[in-house]
Amino acid sequence: MTAPADLSFGTRVWFAWACFFRVLFDGAFARRAFDVREPHVEPARLVRGRRRVASPGDDGVESELPRPSMEGPRVAAEIEPRHLAKTVREPRPDPSDVAAAREVGALSLLALLQREGRFVDFLQQDMASFGDEEIGAAARVVQAGCRKALGEHAKIEPVRDEKEGDRIEVPVGYEPSAVKLVGNVRGAPPFKGALLHRGWRASSLSLPELVSGHDVHVLAPAEVEL
Amino acid sequence: MSEPKWVVGIDLGTTHTAVARASLTAGEGARPEIVSVTQLVSAGSVEARPLLPSCLYLPIASEGPQRLPWDAERTYAVGEYARSRGADAASRVVASAKSWLIHPSVDRRAGILPQGAPDDVERISPVEASFRYLEHVAESFEQGGGGTLAEQDVIVTVPASFDAAARELTVEAAMAAGFEHLTLLEEPQAALYAWIDTMGDRFRKELRVGDVVLVVDVGGGTTDFSAIEVRDEGGSFELARVAIGDHILLGGDNMDLALGHVAKSKLVAAGKEIDKWQLAQLVHAARNAKERLLEGAALAEASVAIAGRGSQLVGASLKTTIDQDAIQKILVDGFFPRVEPGARPVVRARAALTQIGLPYAQDPAVTKHLAAFLARQAGAIAGAIATSGARAGSPGGRAPRLLCPTAVLFNGGVMKSARLRDRIMEVLTSWCEGEGRPAPRVLEGADYDAAVARGAAYYGLARRGQGLRIRGGTARAYYVGIEGAVPAVPGMDPPVVALCVAPFGMEEGSEAGLLESEMGVVVGEPVRFRFFGSTVRRTDRVGHELEDWSETELSELPPIEVSLPAEGRRQGEVVPVRLVASVTAVGTLVIEAVPVKPAKPDERWKVELSVRGDGDGARPAANEEAAGQAAGDPAGDAVA
Repeated sequence: MTAPADLSFGTRVWFAWACFFRVLFDGAFARRAFDVREPHVEPARLVRGRRRVASPGDDGVESELPRPSMEGPRVAAEIEPRHLAKTVREPRPDPSDVAAAREVGALSLLALLQREGRFVDFLQQDMASFGDEEIGAAARVVQAGCRKALGEHAKIEPVRDEKEGDRIEVPVGYEPSAVKLVGNVRGAPPFKGALLHRGWRASSLSLPELVSGHDVHVLAPAEVEL
Repeated sequence: MSEPKWVVGIDLGTTHTAVARASLTAGEGARPEIVSVTQLVSAGSVEARPLLPSCLYLPIASEGPQRLPWDAERTYAVGEYARSRGADAASRVVASAKSWLIHPSVDRRAGILPQGAPDDVERISPVEASFRYLEHVAESFEQGGGGTLAEQDVIVTVPASFDAAARELTVEAAMAAGFEHLTLLEEPQAALYAWIDTMGDRFRKELRVGDVVLVVDVGGGTTDFSAIEVRDEGGSFELARVAIGDHILLGGDNMDLALGHVAKSKLVAAGKEIDKWQLAQLVHAARNAKERLLEGAALAEASVAIAGRGSQLVGASLKTTIDQDAIQKILVDGFFPRVEPGARPVVRARAALTQIGLPYAQDPAVTKHLAAFLARQAGAIAGAIATSGARAGSPGGRAPRLLCPTAVLFNGGVMKSARLRDRIMEVLTSWCEGEGRPAPRVLEGADYDAAVARGAAYYGLARRGQGLRIRGGTARAYYVGIEGAVPAVPGMDPPVVALCVAPFGMEEGSEAGLLESEMGVVVGEPVRFRFFGSTVRRTDRVGHELEDWSETELSELPPIEVSLPAEGRRQGEVVPVRLVASVTAVGTLVIEAVPVKPAKPDERWKVELSVRGDGDGARPAANEEAAGQAAGDPAGDAVA
């Protein structure tokens, strides 16, 4: 990628002058200017979600392309993408988008488990007054439905294929997030020990896509019989 | 018009639709693969799934649009969400549209579905429902980056038992969906193609000249039988579809329903009340229990648990069990009983129906339907006694009483169960041995759910020279009924002679000869002919006359109809015409009337296959007006 040409001295003088006042009176601009001062701190903030699908002619991701010439005021208006282009090659999504996506993912998983296996109903109910027979009947509904839903949307496999209870070796360079050492933990790998729990790993997950306009916070609609 | 990149096979099923594609640009190594269909799976969420339930939901206006990624304004939903609405808003869900497509006594282009829908539902026709499923498939395919289906080579499968009119309606739906390069293929043939594809070169070791392959296809809603013979045609291996069965509305759904009722009666006996919604849940749960029990014979029983309707789950859930005994008695012995080859499905007179419904099979015994099929098609194999079982017993050697297959290919979700397959094989073996024939073998390696779609795509490759083809042609001979001119006698219908207009086994793109007999057609007035089909009379040529026949030989189809435009002729003039039949490249039957003295060169009129029902008040309530007209005056119906 070719970096865009630097600004001319004259433009820079003008721009510094313009920025001075804008920083003083425009809090939001000041914040953005402050952030791009050290672009790696929070660069992603500068790319709005909608821009990721910029059409040709839109100034979103296109900012990575070299621009032959710039007029002063236009440059001022485009300070964000230009700086981004110089310093960040892979625009990261807005953290608020990430948070929103995470929320959508979590809520749609809950909605899926509720729809297929009445999962939320089960967790939300106080079971203190019920006998095991009744809880068992409900648990079968939940287990059968959620198991099917999980089976269709995720591939879940054990982290370790050995039988639980077997003695296994944990090699040098093992992944601590995938293998947890318990008991008399000391020394350095390789370790030998008994496999207590095989662990689970989701090797793939595909959740239903939500149609725009659908309220993800509704995990299950109220049902009214007419 | 660009060259197609894919050949796309669409299994437009009664309960589910599946899609497969094979690349036309990848050369020799191209193999069919299943393509997922993006669909609404619940309100507001969309997923790509390998099967598209053939259901359509017509929401109430206040529910707003049924958004899809490619259409924010859609007013209906097709697929899984529509299917699930069948349990809680059944009156707004169209299901089994395909079975309505072959229903002889309803107008299949009229808005009659969903049956019993409330007034605010704009009902749709069986043809439109089929169109909507195909349209959905096309949109999803295009979304997946495969290009538009209009540009691809598309094969849509139909049951072998679909008659000429049902095929034409399927084509009408596909044309509406924009498929420009379309061919129809029979489902059991598609299943065999898929098996050939799976086997690769090994299939020549598995099949030998002289083999008769029985395809037993038991799906969710229908059961379909076909027989395919392996022949030696001038030194090369040839497959020919030699017999098809009736359209039997009997399948896995019946079995699940039966088990659902078992579970229900157990719960009712325990003092619980089960409403309609809960029964639907029970049927669903029973299906899972059935699969587990059929899979593991060691499993003594499987639990069936359903939730109550409210958010209180514990305390409102009901649980019962289905045991192996029920599976054995109801599924294995109930649906697949050990019967003699002489057994026939029970047909009993229907109780008065207030509303027309689907002609579900009355006898749930698949094996009895199979016995009836094999007996009726006893003469199907080349060289066997020419005509059907009814005429058999002719002097000079005993005619076979049964078509004895040498190999069996299973297809359809129900046939995934080895126990049910074993039962069918056991029954077939006893029948064949009774006839002094060897026991048939099973063609292993079947793909029960996806074979039809995959096989359809394979066929698309095969006919471009990349594989073996099954010779089929029309699976029926067609006849027009001519009333004899005799004085009227009370209580006696005038005798009807059936004239063969289209012989058995007409290939796509071929034309039968002109029917010699002339018929008078009145200019400007629609004229109807009685119309018959036969799946057993293989040797009748055009013009062959039948004066009497048994019901197993010829079955009456809805009448055909021709209207002569007045062009160059006087209104009311009687014009002598001759009929000629042809089969289009797509695979539909066309009958045309050719005037004996044409007014202009190549003058021909299309004779329409009636799809409007017979008008004897047999229409659903929604169509009372039209039905009234039709009952009053058949010609009026034709004009309407």
